[in-house]
Amino acid sequence: MRPLMASSVVGDAASTLFGVIVAVAGFVAILGVVFFIAGRVTGRFQRPVAIVIALGPALFLLLLGLIIPALTTINNSLKNQQFLGQPNTKYIGLENYKYALTDPYTLQTILRSFVWLIVVPSITVIIGLAAALLLDRVKHNNLLKTLIFLPTAISFVGASVIWKYVYSYVAPSQTQTGLLSEVVMKLGWSNPPNWITSVPVNTFLLMIIMIWIQVGFAMVVLGAALQSIPDEIIESARLDGANGFSLFRTVQIPMIRNTVIVVLTTVMITTLKVFDIVFTMTNGNFNTDVLARQMYADMFVTSQVSRGSALAVILFIVVLPMMYFNIRQLRRERTER
Amino acid sequence: MTSTTPPIASERSDGKLHGKAASSAIRQAFSSTIATATIVVIAIVWTIPTLGLFVNSFRSGEDAATTGWWQFFVHPSFSLGNYKEVLTANGGFTMPLVNSLAITIPATIIPIFIASLAAYSLAWMRFRGSDAIFFGIFALQVVPLQMALVPLQQYYVHGLHFFGVTVLPSPGINGTLAQIWLSHTMFSLPLAIFLLHNFIAQIPTPLIEAARVDGAAHLRIFRSIVLPLSMPAIVSFGIFQFLWVWNDLLVAKTFGSSDPAQQPVTARMQSLVGSYGAHLDLLAPAGFLTIIIPIIVFLALQRYFVKGLLAGSVKG
Repeated sequence: MRPLMASSVVGDAASTLFGVIVAVAGFVAILGVVFFIAGRVTGRFQRPVAIVIALGPALFLLLLGLIIPALTTINNSLKNQQFLGQPNTKYIGLENYKYALTDPYTLQTILRSFVWLIVVPSITVIIGLAAALLLDRVKHNNLLKTLIFLPTAISFVGASVIWKYVYSYVAPSQTQTGLLSEVVMKLGWSNPPNWITSVPVNTFLLMIIMIWIQVGFAMVVLGAALQSIPDEIIESARLDGANGFSLFRTVQIPMIRNTVIVVLTTVMITTLKVFDIVFTMTNGNFNTDVLARQMYADMFVTSQVSRGSALAVILFIVVLPMMYFNIRQLRRERTER
Repeated sequence: MTSTTPPIASERSDGKLHGKAASSAIRQAFSSTIATATIVVIAIVWTIPTLGLFVNSFRSGEDAATTGWWQFFVHPSFSLGNYKEVLTANGGFTMPLVNSLAITIPATIIPIFIASLAAYSLAWMRFRGSDAIFFGIFALQVVPLQMALVPLQQYYVHGLHFFGVTVLPSPGINGTLAQIWLSHTMFSLPLAIFLLHNFIAQIPTPLIEAARVDGAAHLRIFRSIVLPLSMPAIVSFGIFQFLWVWNDLLVAKTFGSSDPAQQPVTARMQSLVGSYGAHLDLLAPAGFLTIIIPIIVFLALQRYFVKGLLAGSVKG
């Protein structure tokens, strides 16, 4: 009989995990040594040394991992670089941006990303808010809350596999394996299409996966904001006759407006940057491509580094105002404190 | 179904409701029944897709390929063969699971230390420009990961050069797990510093002052006061980071090896889905193995997780 697991796998697993333990121990040891040495420093150098030790590593890593790369990408987007490490690249001005905004395929990708940007965050917030408001009125809601929140823990790849079993297609004459086809056929539609190849329905079906994942997040954050509205305000509104929907509209919604905006922005940024769902479900085929997926392909698959960089910069430019909005919000809250 | 009692319906001494109060109470009770029904429906709809994967992972490959998973409830068929196949076959999921752990554990621990130190210094070692640095770090969240990938990749291979001058040599970790740990650490710092700062800044001033009067230096205060007190925030961010790193595909795809034996579960899973027809019978059990660890972590630590989520997004 074959052994349950090849011994080489056990060996590999053990050595991989051992490497992890060594790395973490090494990191903690370095930290310990640095702290020990810093502890010896006294007098007027004590404070500057402490600041450098505490803040230095973070600033260094941010510089190396985000700031310099972002500047390099902006620089790359102005060149004609095709593959990584290509010699003799030239600056070609805004050609790559011109290409992005005139090439029909890329332009469609950009426009489709905008549709994602509008549809996914707004529906996520609407369902999340509805769920939060409904849960508010239900006793013993922990299980329900957990069930809705659970997809938040699932990877986009895992979610894509889960939804494969919802969208999968077989000819209508055969036994159905996809839940969606089964449901619509039970409802009387005799010939449902192959969902994932049907334009433009497929884009919206992919958005549903994203919404499914993010609603739990929106629900929990908005729910907490609703809870933080002082009871007296709710009570006095009730005494004034506000109930049900009018209570939401005139009291609860205005009170949590800021949180709604923050959630909306967060979901927008996630939506724009995420490429896993489209990558896993269609790899951009069947008119479903989005900015983040095409950029990945440009950079690492089809050798169009500079064009991909230009798309990354476009993504950055789209996210920028949303982030500015968030920071302004944050500053205001900090000064209110 | 349960219904919430209307809190303010005015009651007469006989305990019965009359007039306006009664109609309002009825409406209230009615609407909370509808509320309960609606939210139960939403919860069920939200759970069904995952249930489908779960059920299919226990059906034989042939059953799963030819009939819908809901048929399980009509013709139950149960087999663990898929799991055995997925875990033991060549190119199976044992090493990817180990790799995911090997990536996730250091990529969770290392940024927490670096970020909490930075957060402490920004909150309690105020110096000129510390506020600007704080907002600058927060703003770095705006940089999409995709912007950093190519340059970082080139740095790992070639080092950092400016106008032909080598500023930093290549770290010599190309193709190793350390490259993924470092990338995740860098990318997580803006949010980590922000969330931990929110918490650390709220430690009562007298506590820190007292330690200072006793002659404790900053790094000692950090180690013996700030770190223990910040445990709730650190744990909640840790869960976050664990889930994100475990669930990540982009960094793993970019910096990880293309050798299946060195990939984490998400990358392995993605290539399995790509070759959908070829491994149809393994898809469900593999998918379930991919999501089960984050779900366990999530359910076990949900309480902290929610707190951590709220620290940064709802003002307290």
